[in-house]
Amino acid sequence: MQRLNIVITGHVDHGKSTLIGRLLADTDSLPQGKLESVKKMCENNARPFEYAFLLDALADEQKQGITIDSARVFFQSKKREYIIIDAPGHIEFLKNMISGASRAEAALLLIDAKEGVAENSKRHGMLLSLLGIKQVAIVVNKMDLVNFSEIAFTKLKVEYSEYLATLGIKSDIFIPISAREGVNLIEHSASTPWYQGPTVLEILDSFKSVEEKENDDFRMPLQDVYKFTRDNDDRRIYAGTVTSGELNVGDEVVFYPSLKRSRVASIESFNTEVKTSVKESVAVGFTLETQIYVRNGDVVARADQSAPKVSNRFEANLFWLGAKPLELDKPYKIKIGSAQSTIYLEEIKRVIDGDTLDRADEPSVGRHEAACVIFRVHDLLAMELFAENQKLGRFVIVDEYDIAGGGIITEVLDQYTTRRTKALHVNDILVDKASTSAEFEEELFALLRKHFPHQFT
Amino acid sequence: MDHLDRLEAQSIYILREAYRSFPNLAMLWSIGKDSTVLLWLTRKAFFGHVPYPLVHIDTAFKIPEMIKYRDEIAVQWDLNLVVGQNKEALAKGETFVNGLDRLSCCKKLKSDALKYTLDGTWARRKWNPYKKVWEDELNGAPYTGVIVGVRADEEGSRSKERVFSARDEKSEWDASTQPPELWNQYKTDFAPRTHVRIHPLLEWTELNIWEYIQRENIPIISLYFDQGNGKRYRSLGCFPCTAPVDSQARNPKEIIEELTSGKFKDIAERSGRAQDKDGGGTLEALRKEGYM
Repeated sequence: MQRLNIVITGHVDHGKSTLIGRLLADTDSLPQGKLESVKKMCENNARPFEYAFLLDALADEQKQGITIDSARVFFQSKKREYIIIDAPGHIEFLKNMISGASRAEAALLLIDAKEGVAENSKRHGMLLSLLGIKQVAIVVNKMDLVNFSEIAFTKLKVEYSEYLATLGIKSDIFIPISAREGVNLIEHSASTPWYQGPTVLEILDSFKSVEEKENDDFRMPLQDVYKFTRDNDDRRIYAGTVTSGELNVGDEVVFYPSLKRSRVASIESFNTEVKTSVKESVAVGFTLETQIYVRNGDVVARADQSAPKVSNRFEANLFWLGAKPLELDKPYKIKIGSAQSTIYLEEIKRVIDGDTLDRADEPSVGRHEAACVIFRVHDLLAMELFAENQKLGRFVIVDEYDIAGGGIITEVLDQYTTRRTKALHVNDILVDKASTSAEFEEELFALLRKHFPHQFT
Repeated sequence: MDHLDRLEAQSIYILREAYRSFPNLAMLWSIGKDSTVLLWLTRKAFFGHVPYPLVHIDTAFKIPEMIKYRDEIAVQWDLNLVVGQNKEALAKGETFVNGLDRLSCCKKLKSDALKYTLDGTWARRKWNPYKKVWEDELNGAPYTGVIVGVRADEEGSRSKERVFSARDEKSEWDASTQPPELWNQYKTDFAPRTHVRIHPLLEWTELNIWEYIQRENIPIISLYFDQGNGKRYRSLGCFPCTAPVDSQARNPKEIIEELTSGKFKDIAERSGRAQDKDGGGTLEALRKEGYM
């Protein structure tokens, strides 16, 4: 059975967990006894039962009545299986919302009919677009609190559509519901005779699984190179997950940015038939006809197809989740594909906050803010524009030990030169030293290979 | 690509990411079906090899067949097996069968044993696959990355886990301060004296596990199958706290039928595990202190 990852987002208290709890209950997707046990627990604690309690499993969440982290909920319709990600709506837990949403292929965005468009309704809409989620339906919840008024619904629809248009998102799917009363979740309700559109379940079933594109050129970030000597295994295996395209035994491959070349000798796997070809999304390994020294993180492409872009400067849309602001000229770590390097924020073009008030000339990007920025990287990296290749066009920034931000590449800029770098910043002296050590590593490897050839066959 | 191919590819990616990021990496092997699938995925990821040690916490109350199966597979697949145990608690008789409550027993024999085996404070018993002998390791280096086979569909607190999930100096988990995890980029940097739990099976369901066992023909311990008395285990643990279920399923295919259309369609997997109920229906209290 096919599976789809869906995220449910929206402002705090707009009813996300209630919606999911109710969907689970109404489609008989709960384990036996779960509904009864949660109802009993409420009775024992003299609290009214809420569907959200089915999801808010962490003890702290039940006490405070808010969702702290993104839960994964397994759910099945007649058509397929879903993992529903219940993303927290409270600003404190935005990092959890983004973690959840980044795994999703489609999204429902909830808005409270009575309270209307709130700060996080806007922020979540913006983040969904930054994460590259194109399938979004807006669910207007708590319609019972506005007497199922068509006027209230239409007003909200117009207001939020205008906001989405400013982000370049076009969504004409708006569903009036009451999660608590089960209105328009599975079946159409007599409470909203004026609404003839799809129910929530129908919308979920109409979303498309993100499809593999057959015609894209081959790309594979090199995750690692293995040489396990045990049991006299002499294979040197280049391993990674294919992000697009197809690779065959005999194909000539080029590694970027190192530009090393060789030809695929074999495709390796365990407990399968012998393979001569692999496609997108498969975690693979292959051997080469000649032994070449390449680094983890290089991007492998086919010599007969297009090359990825290579640079050390790019423009990006970024969102920042770190406790400390993102600052100019401070060293951070970037992770893109399987590559890692040191990165510096060169310029903040503008900061976009939740209410889309763009601000220019900011000295840093604060927590929960999004921005359009220019980065420069210590090493040359192979990359793509997010619009053309999502998997190689997105990156994360690590501050100290934790991922503190993520972004998508909107423009690959010309490389900066070492000379220009030296004139610019003290930090870059470190950069020069590091690149010298990389060259040294490579020379050492060449010497080792020359004098201890048996280690490299 | 079907759904099992996708799950397999994602888990292999995670295992390879763990292997390249953590110099002192280990995998927990409980002998159960999930971590045995994880062991199989390891062989897939590394082309037949198992390039890190497998840690088993032996509470001394495991169902005896589990230890026998463990040692057989270790020899057959040339595994680096590491066994940890709370010898002190066992010597003092601080256990559930001697009157201790279930949660305290779990904490001593599982969580504490795990914590001090992982950080190297307690002696580790190691199977040496080259010499085919057991050896004691004292003052072993702490494992900084630990691969664990928990699944999000098992119980509430596990559904909120990150794929790469940090544990502090005391091996504790704080769900409310988890750093973000975006796309397929995980937390691979960690502060001194902390470690990271790696969860490659989070998105697998119990059904997926059995479908994969069937497809790959993975040798699974026979306790999961009816041996003729109309009973089998659905989840494995210590014998005083784990009950078999009534079932005539004799192989993965029959278990899949039971889960999809048969008697276990809507029954929670861990319903035979008593410590969950003592924790108020959630393992959160235990898991905060380092339980898997």
